[in-house]
Amino acid sequence: MLAYPFMRYALTAGIFIALICAFMGVFVVARQTSFFTHTLSEIGFSGASFGVFIGVSPLLGMLIFTCASGLLIGLSGEKVGRREASISVFSGLFLGLGILFLSLSKNQSNYATSILFGSIVGIDKTSLLTLVVLSIVLLVVVTLFFRPLAYNSFDAQGAEYNQRFNQLISIVFLILLALTISITAQIVGSLLIFVLLTIPAQAAKYYVHTLNKMIGLTFIFVLAGVWLGLWLSFVTDWPVSFFITVIEALLYGSALLKQKISNAHN
Amino acid sequence: MENILTVSHLDLRIPDRLLFSDLNFSFPKNQLTCITGENGVGKTTLIKHLLNDLEHSRNQHVQTKLDRNKIQYVPQLRNIDDDYPLCIRDFVAFGIKKRRLPWNSGRIRRKIALILQETKLTKIADHPLGHASGGEKQRAYLAQALCAEPELLILDEATASLDTVSKNFLLKMLKNIMQKTDLTVLFITHDPELIAKYGDYELNLHDHTATLTKKEAQN
Repeated sequence: MLAYPFMRYALTAGIFIALICAFMGVFVVARQTSFFTHTLSEIGFSGASFGVFIGVSPLLGMLIFTCASGLLIGLSGEKVGRREASISVFSGLFLGLGILFLSLSKNQSNYATSILFGSIVGIDKTSLLTLVVLSIVLLVVVTLFFRPLAYNSFDAQGAEYNQRFNQLISIVFLILLALTISITAQIVGSLLIFVLLTIPAQAAKYYVHTLNKMIGLTFIFVLAGVWLGLWLSFVTDWPVSFFITVIEALLYGSALLKQKISNAHN
Repeated sequence: MENILTVSHLDLRIPDRLLFSDLNFSFPKNQLTCITGENGVGKTTLIKHLLNDLEHSRNQHVQTKLDRNKIQYVPQLRNIDDDYPLCIRDFVAFGIKKRRLPWNSGRIRRKIALILQETKLTKIADHPLGHASGGEKQRAYLAQALCAEPELLILDEATASLDTVSKNFLLKMLKNIMQKTDLTVLFITHDPELIAKYGDYELNLHDHTATLTKKEAQN
């Protein structure tokens, strides 16, 4: 299957997606903002269809919508983003807006499914290059702010009083999350990115307990899911997204099982 | 007696009522001052207000030579549930200031090891914090704050959920550290036994005002 360029692109994209999902996923899980991440990917969908509607690239529309929402939530305090009611309201509203923009633009109606579910086997060299460049930028920023971001994510109350410019760090995090969703959504879809950002990191925390190991294991879990999913999809001709979701769910299930067994022994 | 922080002519109100009017007091340096008062009198609100003023360099009511980074506040409530995955060593390391590298240098690792030893956490340093007991968690919070090499340490009800042995252990450890460094401690508490045993001073908040009295700490 490596003879096909599209498979090589997809496998390479998997490495970079795994890298950013490893760093960002561990922080997302520590902050317990999984559902806000979900909302943000729906906002991303809405932004992409807005981009199609006004005739700029979907990526740009996505970046504008997600970054603006990240900034807004960051300024009004992250608690707002965690409230159940506001999550439902925003999820619904932005999905609705997304559908509106798509229907107004009368542009490819199958575009919706491609944004929502992605097309990892459909990427060309240009979109792979965009992904690689944007991922590297993101990883550089994460590395520069790594310690403050980790403190802010893993010990919100401690960081609030003992880390200077803590609110700024929260905003940086939300912008990074918006970036993560925007640059990966076109490839794995805005629904699947939520899976890759939350489930592998959730599973990893049952196996290991240091920051570095959590990031490492999350990377392995994401990469395993994406590569195995691509291979299974290649063999069976079923959708990649289906396989990736199932593999990640199985990983999470095994983590829970391991936890149950070790609890029973103690 | 040298003071580490002085408050003068401070009025403090929250949306529906006046908490304090014309507050004047000082915290003595290198002493353990217990901050006491009825529930709802505004102990935590007062401390948070002082921290906020210092953060934004508003110093008309608060005078101190301290750098804000040298003040560590250990909040009363923290979101650490049984599922909390991170090990104690990594949690404590968040307190380290002045570092740019994403990983820990050898010097930082040695410092963390020393603080873990001092707070009797070495044996469980690699366990997830979520599995630690109440007393161990409080020691981890303290250890994190000590990593910042603070000159002023503020503990908010740190012993409220601890049994007699654990709380005495925590306070003895703190007194021990205070003797070795020039650390000043403010301790918000309700516990008369601890105030009598360990307090050098008591700042009692009552009727919109505050009185500082010297205590004869037995330890």
